[in-house]
Amino acid sequence: MKREIPLMIVTVTGIIMFVQYFIPSNFSEDVFTFLQDWVMIIGILSLPLGIWSLVKANTQKLKVPDERFYSAVLLIGFLVMVVSGWMPDWRSKGIHLALFQNVLIPIQSTIFSLLAFFVASAAYRAFRARSVLATILLLTAFIIMFRLIPTGPFADINNWLVEKILTIPNMAAKRAIAMGLALGAAATAIKIILGIERTYMGRD
Amino acid sequence: MKFLEKMMQIDRRWIYLAIFLAVIIPAIIPFTVPMSVSPEVKKIYDFVEGLGPNDYLFVAMDYDPSSLAELNPMAEAILKHAFLNDRKVVIVTLSQFGPGMVEEITTRLAGEYNRIRGEDYVFLGYRPYPAITIMLMGTDFRVPFPQDYYGVPLDSLPMMRGIKNFNNVKGVIDLTAGNTADMWITYGNARYNFPLAIGITGVMAADYYQYLQSGQIFGIIPGVKGAAEYERLIDKPGQGMQQASYQVVAHSVIILFIILSNVAYFATRGQKSKLGGAR
Repeated sequence: MKREIPLMIVTVTGIIMFVQYFIPSNFSEDVFTFLQDWVMIIGILSLPLGIWSLVKANTQKLKVPDERFYSAVLLIGFLVMVVSGWMPDWRSKGIHLALFQNVLIPIQSTIFSLLAFFVASAAYRAFRARSVLATILLLTAFIIMFRLIPTGPFADINNWLVEKILTIPNMAAKRAIAMGLALGAAATAIKIILGIERTYMGRD
Repeated sequence: MKFLEKMMQIDRRWIYLAIFLAVIIPAIIPFTVPMSVSPEVKKIYDFVEGLGPNDYLFVAMDYDPSSLAELNPMAEAILKHAFLNDRKVVIVTLSQFGPGMVEEITTRLAGEYNRIRGEDYVFLGYRPYPAITIMLMGTDFRVPFPQDYYGVPLDSLPMMRGIKNFNNVKGVIDLTAGNTADMWITYGNARYNFPLAIGITGVMAADYYQYLQSGQIFGIIPGVKGAAEYERLIDKPGQGMQQASYQVVAHSVIILFIILSNVAYFATRGQKSKLGGAR
């Protein structure tokens, strides 16, 4: 019964969610909202587990001299952000917003902006016309990059070329990948609903 | 030839230095980039421009500070456009780091254009699980957001009294750096059939042109260039136009490096062939 009951819940819920999607009625909407609430409840219940795991792991690391500093920063940052953002009024002013705007935003923006340097270095080494395929890649990258540069009378021709590249070969490849992914996802969902795919339940 | 051989083995730190200078120079000597407007951006502009006095625009700002440089200019341009035309805007964020940014932008622009919170615009706040939140908002905005970001019940906000779900908004614009665009397409546009447009980072643009052709989205604002185009359309040059100049110089430097790399590659390859070396 330890395996049968969860499998039965998955099958019944899966079929209900599948059927309700195609029935536009108030009852169907109510069922949908009710089940979505449950998804949120289950998700929210997993949050304390994550917090507990994070705090526990980093509290233990406080005993390790090499890792003590980073864990202390994490724990202090965690506590300060939780306490400072506890009440709705506190979120829009004071220390919470100040920390968000003056610490988190610069840190994340800085890390992301480093990409420009890595991309430039990678482009220098990767975009070499070593073979026919590499040459096609190189030319395509050139055309796309030139779109951003004002090239005077050539801008219209380049924009036309960019549009053709994006809407013909690019789109054909992207659609093929998207269709493949969607069919794979649908097949996996059917297998889970029918109880054929059970790896999500773990081993016991 | 020695120079070209050296170029083949160039230390990456020289490339980093060149990019650093390329980004710094436009900051010291500012210049404006001539900007042609692409049809996919113009369609979004036309849509916002065509909104009536009682129409609502829904804007989802689903991005983190990491992509703020590309997406903030878009958000500002769209909000400025709506505020300038005196249109009502419902704003939400489905990104966990979004609220702080949205709060900053909306408060600043509302002050600049004399817009009143709750009457001219509403910031619903953030909820986890984007797909579920989108579907719940399709039922009623009050299900996932009984209160706005500031803790005020939606029913007590004058602007929200005549509005229940996506049936009451004229269209949705999603600004995102992640897969929430897919969720808005799959669970929003497909299920509730509202007009959807997206603003995305430059690297994501190629992934979403398929949805433009299929009509699932009616416009795309791709990266900084798209933001600059929108700023040009509303005649309010801002961060987008400024960043476009940085991007132009940085891209020019990258293109020059690629050309140099290929010249060096072919020159040294010929030499190696003469000496009987490997290619």
